[in-house]
Amino acid sequence: MTAALFSADDISISFGGIRAVDGVSFDVQTGEVFSIIGPNGAGKTTIFNLISRIYQPTSGRLAFGGQDITTIPPHRIAGLGIARTFQNIELFTEATLLQNLLIGCHCRSGTGLISQLCFLPRTRREEIRHREKAEEVIAFLNLQRYRQSLIANLPYGVRKIVELGRALCTEPRLLLLDEPSSGLNVPETEEMGFWIDDIRRDLGVTIIMVEHDMNLVRSVSDRVMALNFGKVLALGTAADVQADPEVIRAYIGNAP
Amino acid sequence: MGNPRLVDPARLVQLTVSGASSGCIYGLIALGFVLVYKATEMVNFAQGEIMMLGGFTAYTLIAKAGLNYWLGAGLTVVIIAAFGFLLDLLVLRRLIGQKQFSVVMLTFGLASIFRAVAGMGWGYDPVGFVTPFTNKVVRVGGIVLSETSMSIIVGTVLLCTALYLFFARTRMGLAMQAASQNQLAAYYMGVPVKTVFSLVWAISAGIAAIAAVLLAPVAMVDVNMGLIGMNAFAGAVLGGFGSIPGAVIGGVVVGVVEQMAGYFLPAGFQETSANLVLLAVLIIYPQGLFGTLTRKRV
Amino acid sequence: MRYVVFLLVLLVIPVFAGEFYVGELGAVFIFAVVGIAQMLLTGYTGLISLCHAAFLGLGAYTAAILLAMGVPFLLTIVAAAVVAGLAGTLIGLPTLRMSGLYLAIATLSFGSIIATVLAKWDRVTGGWSGFIVPTPVVLGHALGGPVWLYYMSLAALLFVLWMSLNILRSPIGRAMIAIRDSEISAQSMGIHLSRSKVTAFAISAGMAGLAGAFYAQYVRALTPDAFDLLISIQFITIIFVGGLGSLHGAIIGAVFVRLLPQAIALLRDDLPFGLGRMPGLEPGLFGLVLVLVILVEPGGVYGRWQKIARYLAAFPLSRRSTSTRQRSFTRSERLR
Repeated sequence: MTAALFSADDISISFGGIRAVDGVSFDVQTGEVFSIIGPNGAGKTTIFNLISRIYQPTSGRLAFGGQDITTIPPHRIAGLGIARTFQNIELFTEATLLQNLLIGCHCRSGTGLISQLCFLPRTRREEIRHREKAEEVIAFLNLQRYRQSLIANLPYGVRKIVELGRALCTEPRLLLLDEPSSGLNVPETEEMGFWIDDIRRDLGVTIIMVEHDMNLVRSVSDRVMALNFGKVLALGTAADVQADPEVIRAYIGNAP
Repeated sequence: MGNPRLVDPARLVQLTVSGASSGCIYGLIALGFVLVYKATEMVNFAQGEIMMLGGFTAYTLIAKAGLNYWLGAGLTVVIIAAFGFLLDLLVLRRLIGQKQFSVVMLTFGLASIFRAVAGMGWGYDPVGFVTPFTNKVVRVGGIVLSETSMSIIVGTVLLCTALYLFFARTRMGLAMQAASQNQLAAYYMGVPVKTVFSLVWAISAGIAAIAAVLLAPVAMVDVNMGLIGMNAFAGAVLGGFGSIPGAVIGGVVVGVVEQMAGYFLPAGFQETSANLVLLAVLIIYPQGLFGTLTRKRV
Repeated sequence: MRYVVFLLVLLVIPVFAGEFYVGELGAVFIFAVVGIAQMLLTGYTGLISLCHAAFLGLGAYTAAILLAMGVPFLLTIVAAAVVAGLAGTLIGLPTLRMSGLYLAIATLSFGSIIATVLAKWDRVTGGWSGFIVPTPVVLGHALGGPVWLYYMSLAALLFVLWMSLNILRSPIGRAMIAIRDSEISAQSMGIHLSRSKVTAFAISAGMAGLAGAFYAQYVRALTPDAFDLLISIQFITIIFVGGLGSLHGAIIGAVFVRLLPQAIALLRDDLPFGLGRMPGLEPGLFGLVLVLVILVEPGGVYGRWQKIARYLAAFPLSRRSTSTRQRSFTRSERLR
């Protein structure tokens, strides 16, 4: 096994005295699908917000690809190769699907303001490259027929896929999926599982996923981490974690 | 322009009182802004113009129709409050669910319409009416204070007390507080949210009418009197834009600062002092002093 | 292709039309430039500005004062854009952390401070007595008169339009749209929020300043009240009437806002009850139009036009409900 792609070392954050994440440590290896489960309010999404630097950890260290990212500003995270999706979909709703994907390419653009104002050849070449990238993702996720649709007019299930696509456009090495199945029905959830498998296998992207649907978790993840009240309860294969007495207690309460 | 060494304490007191009295007017208008904002998340940039309409209504009733001052003032408040109620019922309610920006611009549009209508109806010349306080002064140990200024301050204090009691003690007041904190929950608890919102508009319009009646003896009533709403805005922001006592105190502070700036600083600063205070506050506290904006959760 | 024909028509208009109408069309072009500037900032980036009249004024005064000092015309245009752009940066920087309502208030105060400065700093600006704008001289030719102004304004409009189209097909323009729709995910897509916002402010203010250089030529005598809040609201009216989030809308709105006063003037004697002679009719009508647009067609004229086009395209099968849009009734903008 090689060095971990991503590692969280003893990270904590408190909000007004409540320790939302409390001394959590874990490593994610290149190419694996790592799931985080836990009851509501366990601190799963908070961990994502810490990784994407929306929150500043009170203590602890985050490292990605051997680099310390604990103090990097949030807009540089995408450029490093970490992309994410959101629990309640945060797409650009008044823009078209294609524009959303192109915004995903933003972190790979490097031409200056003047060049963009006058659309100089440098910007033109870059735009062509971005468009090719976006088309690649559209083809990968079968979104061709929605290319020019406004996001506001798309059904929820499609938006979930679009958000996945937008994250892929940033050319990530690590993808954070926040409840990819929330709001989806059973066949849509299965489809989401196939996409996740494809992304890992065909694109070689490492995935950290927060998820409630245990079927999805079991079918795609290599390792699972269970959280409750901001602390790690168990870490291991899906079967191990599900059998862990602590985890069962957290979900169902004490056996009589 | 004053030389600081020559400022005598009596002059300072006079400045403070006249500043506080115009500040009370700002505070009252600010109160209207804040009440509506807290309840409906709309910002009513036409609040100053509603006050202007109140001024003209009072003028028509008192100076033209010859009603007794108190009767005329009372009627004005009732008429303008009803106007506020109808405004929400007929126009603003239709905007629920649209962008906040649209609402802001809508009230700007309403303000223009009110000014035009007032100009067509009452003309562009300033008018005034006689009040029981006109041209009377109070002397407190050698300091001369006009009774009109005092009436504004006393009126504001009384009104604020009444509002406080209304919100803290009455059923409708509590329903309004509930509706402003969580519309949906209030609705499920049986609060008629839409009616409550219209009533909030009525109250804030009524307050504007009271401000107009109080202000009329000091500044004449004219079409552009609503522009002081901008200074009131500074007061509301200073007070945090979510707190009712904050709005009044903020308004008073702006009023006093304005008077002091006019006295101590070069010409031009009096007009902009409110704006400068406002910008400074916003730069230091981008969410307002007692900010009610919180970050969106993802 | 349609646009080429349209441009050709615009190019030959001054040959046939009277001087007055040529001048008014020139003013429409100038307002369209400011409309585009406002559209980029408010319609695309979602940042409310109630001080575009101040940017226009800064540009106008800068250009006029420099012209009076004998600076070449082209340089004064550049200077006007730069000064206004710097002012835009100045107001953009502290307002970075503000949103929605507070931004509106801050720009409102900024605009009124600028208006006061223009009025009170009379040694330089001429104050209320006004500042007479010199006629520009290029290569020995005095570029006075409405026809010259018409072509210069048209050139300015085309330049700004070209630049805006470039912005909208480049990363910077998409960053603007992203910020409008969701700041939090814009950030996680690698968009530097504060830099993009300040850039949007600077570009928008710079465009308004550029328009100012030509507006000074149009009004001939500058007074502070030509750049106060009421004018800023006219610019907002432009983008609302035209339709938020489209460049077409900015131009349609400008045509409307400039031609409404002309229409009133034409009808002045024909309206009943002497309504046409009432002072204050014009701002009142602007207010009424703004209110009606927001209430009836939030998409503006361009939005309505698109609906009509869709209706015709699907003709016998169209139903009212095809264009109804979802509204969220309990959305709170306190959470940003």
